[in-house]
Amino acid sequence: MARIDRQVDARRLLCPLPVIRTQDAATEMQPGEMLCVVATDPGVMNDIPAWCRINGHRVEMIEERADEIIITIKVGGFERD
Amino acid sequence: MQRKAVSLISGGLDSMLATRVIMDQGIHVEGINFYTGFCVEGHTHAIRSKDKAKPKRNNALWVAEQLGIKLHIVDVIEEYKDVLLNPKHGYGQNMNPCLDCKGFMVRKAYEWIQANDFDFIITGEVIGQRPMSQRKDTMPVVARESGAGDRLLRPLCAKSLPPTLPEREDWVDREKLYKFSGRSRKPQMALAEEFGFNDYATPAGGCCFLTDVAYSSKLVDMWQHRSSRDYELDDIMLLKVGRHLRPRAHFKLIVSREEGEGRFLEGYRNQFVYLQACSHPGPLVLLDGEVDADDIQLAARIAARYGQGRDTERVDITVGWPDGRTEQLLVKPMPSDEIIPEWHV
Repeated sequence: MARIDRQVDARRLLCPLPVIRTQDAATEMQPGEMLCVVATDPGVMNDIPAWCRINGHRVEMIEERADEIIITIKVGGFERD
Repeated sequence: MQRKAVSLISGGLDSMLATRVIMDQGIHVEGINFYTGFCVEGHTHAIRSKDKAKPKRNNALWVAEQLGIKLHIVDVIEEYKDVLLNPKHGYGQNMNPCLDCKGFMVRKAYEWIQANDFDFIITGEVIGQRPMSQRKDTMPVVARESGAGDRLLRPLCAKSLPPTLPEREDWVDREKLYKFSGRSRKPQMALAEEFGFNDYATPAGGCCFLTDVAYSSKLVDMWQHRSSRDYELDDIMLLKVGRHLRPRAHFKLIVSREEGEGRFLEGYRNQFVYLQACSHPGPLVLLDGEVDADDIQLAARIAARYGQGRDTERVDITVGWPDGRTEQLLVKPMPSDEIIPEWHV
């Protein structure tokens, strides 16, 4: 299990709020740190990876558990793909 | 020195084009998108099961990715309340305070460029495109009241407006800007083709629930039946979900219309008295307001009407309270002709 430096609880929030909470957390983190987002809106499976791609972060893992979606992000600066 | 601009990205075509026009002039552009709580984007798709098959994407993020720019999404839910509750320029056809809204967003963008050392703001506005916020006489109002002044550039109609600071200082070439006007989308579509944009969100209207007549009437109903017009995010989210019936002035029912809405409303069972048929499949119903036993009896009969037991003699309804207590009620479903049309909010 990868080290998680910070967790965002975005359960019951609808997009774009999970993206905003992710963005706000990532802004306060250092490159290379790991951010874990727990959400329930399936929209995050598109929106958070899209947000990561355009802002230089990297999605390490997306996992669906029951009604929850867990996204692990390595905080960038990475160049866009 | 490379100049920097922030672009108000709605997810529609106009802001996409305006951004590209300025990027092509060598300006570093980043996008900004404001979330008021009333944005149509995302929510209804996330809630309703029937929409599950549609691809879900946030159009503002998608546009930013197509353009290859960063996008900053800003939560303005709290600050936006004052825009909605006290619009200096009033409302449009529904509860949409479009002119105040535009001024607010440009002001927030202006604050952002000052904090982030950017030079100017761009929007996809077109003169005459919108009856309230995009008229030749209201465009200077937005520039003035937002504080952005001549650091606000509208690339798609700039040639019909006085030169702004980025044009006067030759940060951008005014001759390469446009003078689109009116409600026709043809010039934008032609420019989109020129840029090779062949997939973009349906333009014009529909990005804000406040322009929607049904949503606005639910919002007004909510305010009329409360002691204040203040609201929380949950209030405005619930107005997007289910059918709303107000059989008595002091309470209303929020009736899920399908499985996805039912799942969404389940998250509110710790805040509202709720009803659900247990003898037959039926909707989850929240009761918004202070209710007594008679109210619950009435609501249970209405709830039974919207389930599959509607044509039976009796439906068993579970009543739940926010503290976790439950009880069972056996009720006769209300016949459809007893549901008064005026109850529908």
